[in-house]
Amino acid sequence: MIRVVLPVHLRTLAQVSGEVELDLQGEVTQRTLLDALEARFPVLRGTIRDHVTKKRRPFVRFFACERDLSHEPSDAPLPDPVTKGSEPFMVVGAMSGG
Amino acid sequence: MSGVRVLVGTRKGAFVLTSDGKRERWTVEGPHFAGWEIYHVKGSPLNPDRIYASQTSAWFGQLIQRSDDGGKTWQPVGNKFVYEGVPGTHQWYDGTPHPWEFARVWHLEPSLTDPDTVYAGVEDAALFLSSDGGQNWKELAGLRAHGSGPHWMPGAGGMCLHTIVVDPIRPDRIFIAISAAGAFRTDDGGKSWQPINRGLKSEQIPDPTAEVGHCVHRIAMHPSRPNVLFMQKHWDVMRSDDAGDSWHEVSGDLPTDFGFVIDVHAHEPETIYVVPIKSDSEHFPLDGKLRVYRSRAGGNEWEALTKGLPQRDCYVNVLRDAMAVDSLDACGVYFGTTGGQVYASADAGDSWAPIVRDLPPVLSVEVQTLP
Repeated sequence: MIRVVLPVHLRTLAQVSGEVELDLQGEVTQRTLLDALEARFPVLRGTIRDHVTKKRRPFVRFFACERDLSHEPSDAPLPDPVTKGSEPFMVVGAMSGG
Repeated sequence: MSGVRVLVGTRKGAFVLTSDGKRERWTVEGPHFAGWEIYHVKGSPLNPDRIYASQTSAWFGQLIQRSDDGGKTWQPVGNKFVYEGVPGTHQWYDGTPHPWEFARVWHLEPSLTDPDTVYAGVEDAALFLSSDGGQNWKELAGLRAHGSGPHWMPGAGGMCLHTIVVDPIRPDRIFIAISAAGAFRTDDGGKSWQPINRGLKSEQIPDPTAEVGHCVHRIAMHPSRPNVLFMQKHWDVMRSDDAGDSWHEVSGDLPTDFGFVIDVHAHEPETIYVVPIKSDSEHFPLDGKLRVYRSRAGGNEWEALTKGLPQRDCYVNVLRDAMAVDSLDACGVYFGTTGGQVYASADAGDSWAPIVRDLPPVLSVEVQTLP
């Protein structure tokens, strides 16, 4: 199981508490993970990445394994601990504004 | 007994304020969508239980929420706003071409004839339409296709389409306003548009009487006279008696004619309200006195309404979508401030009292008159 941590506003929208678990087949990348997340929670479409271009929204960051993966290619494999479920993939609202 | 429901959008959530027809005691519900910017909340004139809200965030983008029970519960509906065709460019602040980019929905205008039909005015400026209760949105692209589009420029708050007024007699006639492009009108349901800015004079643009480029802040209409429009421009209060074909200034004896809101009394088409703001560089009331000004002559002659409003040390602003009127026999007038107060008058502006004092900055105020 892939573990995903959402920021509080998106947890509220998705009506979940705690981590989300996703069962992904095949290679796990940002794109396949977010595709699966949006398929399970359609309300999140457009909140993390653009509807059409699939580009990450500017104030959304992706962290995992104490690394910032925000600028990694969306088709790059995610770190092994994420694919094995020992570490979560974190969707984070960037620190900006008040 | 009839009542009212005031729908308030703020920087940090939406609030629903309800009262009976006396409008003395209020129930406050909220925040709905806590932590999100709620640019606008408006109910269907045909079905008061149907309410639409624009929920937005610099972090997580745009959502549209819909309530079918008068604001008690909400469900997110469609949030896919995609410009038709190649988006093209408008002018950026430095005069260079800038691609059209969707930022947020400023204004939602439910149809006068169908509760499932609603218009959305967005930044970067465009008009969208949903015919299925907000699930799917389609741009009425004729507006942006107007030849002047590449020359439109954002105001300080962004290039927003913030005003949508539908003619109740000719539903295919719609008036919109964009900061800072000006006012436009369609007579064919949004297929084609014409600028309606003749008579406006804006010293802040190279050609003060240009066809487009004016910073229109708000347009108001009384439903019984759709050819008569009132406008609060960046500076100047204006009036048109020919559906926007021409405008003339009616600022008259206002102490300052800068401001954002303008509205019309529910039963007196010549009675209008504005809240004068000191200037474009000082967005607060003159002399620290919060005063609504009322004209009973359709402009030019104005009286200050001060009873119940702070008359010292008040430095709030009243934003363009933050004034509304109810349609009870004694017309109620409402407005919200950037200081988080929502004021109500149950006697057409003669006296005022705050419904709430400490909300987040108020972005919009709408009111529903309930049976």
